Amino acid sequence: MVGITSYGAYVPLYRLSREAIAKGARGERAICSFDEDSITMAVAAANDCLNGIDRGTVDGLYLATTTSPYKEKLGATTVAMGVDLRQDIITADFAHSLRAGTAALRSAIDAVKAGSAKRVMVAAADCRLGTPGSALEQNFGDGAGALLIGDSDVAVTVEASYSVYSEILDVWRADDDTFVRSWEDRFAATRGYLEVVREAVSGLMKKFGFSPSDFAKVVFYTPNARRGMDLARSLGFDVKTQLQPSLFDVLGNTGTAFPLMLLVAALEEAKAGDRILLASYGNGSDAFVLQVTEQIEKIRGRRGMKEHLASKKVVDDYKQYLIWRGLLPVEPRKETVSFLSAPAAWRERDANIRLHGVKCKACGTVQYPPQRVCTKCHAKDQFEPYRLSDKKASIFTFAMDYITFPLLDQPVVTTTIDFEGGGRMQCYMTDREPEQVRCGLPVEMSFRKLPMKDGIHNYFWKSIPVRT
Amino acid sequence: MKGIKDRVAIVGMGCTQFGELWDKNHRDLVVDACYEAFEDAGIEPKDIQMAWYGSRETGFTGTQLASALKLEYIPVSRVENFCAGGTDTFRNACYAVASGVCDIALAVGVEKCKDHSGGFNLDILEPFDRSMVEWDLPPASQFAQLATRYMYHYGWKYEELKRIFAMIDVKNHHNGTMSPNAQFRREITVEQAMNAPIISHPLGLLDACGVSDGSAAAIVTTPEIAKSMRKDYILVKAIALTNGAGQAILQPEYDFIHFPETVAAARNAYKEAEITNPRQEIDCAEVHDCFAITELITYEDLGFSPRGKGPEDVEAGSFTLTGNLPVNSDGGLKCFGHPLSASGLRMIYEIYHQLQGKAGPRQLKKVDIGLTHNIGGICGFFNCTVAVFGKP
Repeated sequence: MVGITSYGAYVPLYRLSREAIAKGARGERAICSFDEDSITMAVAAANDCLNGIDRGTVDGLYLATTTSPYKEKLGATTVAMGVDLRQDIITADFAHSLRAGTAALRSAIDAVKAGSAKRVMVAAADCRLGTPGSALEQNFGDGAGALLIGDSDVAVTVEASYSVYSEILDVWRADDDTFVRSWEDRFAATRGYLEVVREAVSGLMKKFGFSPSDFAKVVFYTPNARRGMDLARSLGFDVKTQLQPSLFDVLGNTGTAFPLMLLVAALEEAKAGDRILLASYGNGSDAFVLQVTEQIEKIRGRRGMKEHLASKKVVDDYKQYLIWRGLLPVEPRKETVSFLSAPAAWRERDANIRLHGVKCKACGTVQYPPQRVCTKCHAKDQFEPYRLSDKKASIFTFAMDYITFPLLDQPVVTTTIDFEGGGRMQCYMTDREPEQVRCGLPVEMSFRKLPMKDGIHNYFWKSIPVRT
Repeated sequence: MKGIKDRVAIVGMGCTQFGELWDKNHRDLVVDACYEAFEDAGIEPKDIQMAWYGSRETGFTGTQLASALKLEYIPVSRVENFCAGGTDTFRNACYAVASGVCDIALAVGVEKCKDHSGGFNLDILEPFDRSMVEWDLPPASQFAQLATRYMYHYGWKYEELKRIFAMIDVKNHHNGTMSPNAQFRREITVEQAMNAPIISHPLGLLDACGVSDGSAAAIVTTPEIAKSMRKDYILVKAIALTNGAGQAILQPEYDFIHFPETVAAARNAYKEAEITNPRQEIDCAEVHDCFAITELITYEDLGFSPRGKGPEDVEAGSFTLTGNLPVNSDGGLKCFGHPLSASGLRMIYEIYHQLQGKAGPRQLKKVDIGLTHNIGGICGFFNCTVAVFGKP
């Protein structure tokens, strides 16, 4: 039996009020902070998904996104290291289509079925840009979803799947475009989304002998708040009782991650025995029949969609959003650090990306970053790796700089934090309100992006107030 | 183990104007500082047998000094030890004289911070390597973390501790008005200091020293030779240097309300100088006031004030020119700015003149023993010097 053994999600803390983009626009959309991207969100969702699960048992990580920070360089490896997975696992990026999330899901299912892996993590994330002020910019949202596929302790079985493809230019972004383009909605909806997903879903039901009443829930990717309902109705589903709400008013269209995130939202409400239909869209459609097992109750301890959506700060300054996305140039800070070395970053990858400290085997002292000689007992090379990314911590002391990044991040909060169970670290703090920062504040670690240098996206961990 | 006490004498010193010296380069500054020192000592450049050149930003081997002064084929080493670089440069010259390998040695510190955007290069390869993941901010945030914890630890209200900082700022600015070489020579008020814009909470603009260019130099020799050169030479009583080994960030026991590097350097220096009661025995001190919190904590680390009681001494005026232990009689880093490797020698220049009775309008009444202190770097990795000087 192959299926979903765990789920997780990530929605950034910040929401942009759509009213800030266009007068009269309704609701809000999730936006990445200035130090987040699809990689960091994928790490957060995958970490949520791995809560309580032994990371050593994961045999693969597939990253699905249309907004990888690199055109050439794998993103899955950064995510795999960020969540501290083994080195001898399958990694791959699924890209170039909003269907990449379910393409990765299907590949993971096939890999486990074929026996080439026991457990594969699928993480999908997107942070897409619409032209400033456009309907697409209002429509989009940033976020990530993660599903762990395995053949034991299955919480949601995969009963059937069905795919179609469609060669069409309805939504696209050329290799030198910054913003997503689309053809007019009438064409995109009728010849694209509605027609293609209908073909996949009806094809699936026909091939495997299901009818609409067999499903407790249908989870459809939808390009906007309305079309998903149109689709459900045209396929004979009851919108009120069967269709998973699209969360458009509070999240926005999270692209590649959207079908996975909506599925997570559905699973949070699902009970054993529920049959769920999932369908994506993007130059075709992947459709799945899923069934929830008793195991679902054992993986409830996740922040998932509900907790992440409930914990938010609304940004009503559109300028702030544009600066965060790099769409409004701000005066660059004076350079104080001369260069970043790829060999040094590579040597320090366990410390910087896995957030591994060391624990002295002689005296037990946890130290970060890793050392050769113990700070306490001076034993040489007597260390074992010690993961800090999943440890709770509290602020010992802090400072707030008001001069360095005036429009991007003011004040810049730096913290000295002490981890529960040992270890101290100095790092930036993010997703905080200056008023809430105090000695003793409980914090957790969040994988973030540092300012880009020499064409290198430099990732590291920051502290954030515990997200509740 | 023999210490340095009474084995090395200063016979000449020089110090340039400190400030935004747009029209001078580091060679100009070195020539100005050294020629003042040569004249003060009554010697020629050719009399220098060994030299040490302290510079972080403008340093490129000892040849920088050799070429500026035309020192011909003598050993010149470059020293870099961040904010303690100036005193460490001096330490090397003193040790050469004490070891007997040379009779007359020169120590020079210089920086052209104002040629560098942002004051100076912050490539600090601790605790990480060139992956550059540590925070990349001006130094204020390092010291502000101590100010935050000091406030929390002792239960100070923000405004009350800010007022203590302001009193330190006001004292140093007052002293600076009497220093012709200072970058800033104007009085400020407690209100101005308290209301200055915050640079890194809780430190405001006037709780911070300036960024400047400058150079200072010292000529050292044996006490025997010194006697033949001048009556008012000054004796080195102790020089201690300590470097942090990362303890503050590797060990959660570190409390962020003291500098262990200063405590250790002071202990070693007092032992070498045979000082048992620093508050009573030291007559004046130049301490590293890069930020007001640094000066406050240093009072406690050097044993001038009991732990946690520095603010009481500030309120009592103990460290003003008329107090019983004047600190930063020339205005300190606060008024001179901080050209890293020059600052330590600039401090020694002030103590030298106070001991000689030549400090002009800021001359203190009784000065038999003076102290200098530098600390620089980042938490866990500070380097610190404490030096003690006295009359023959």
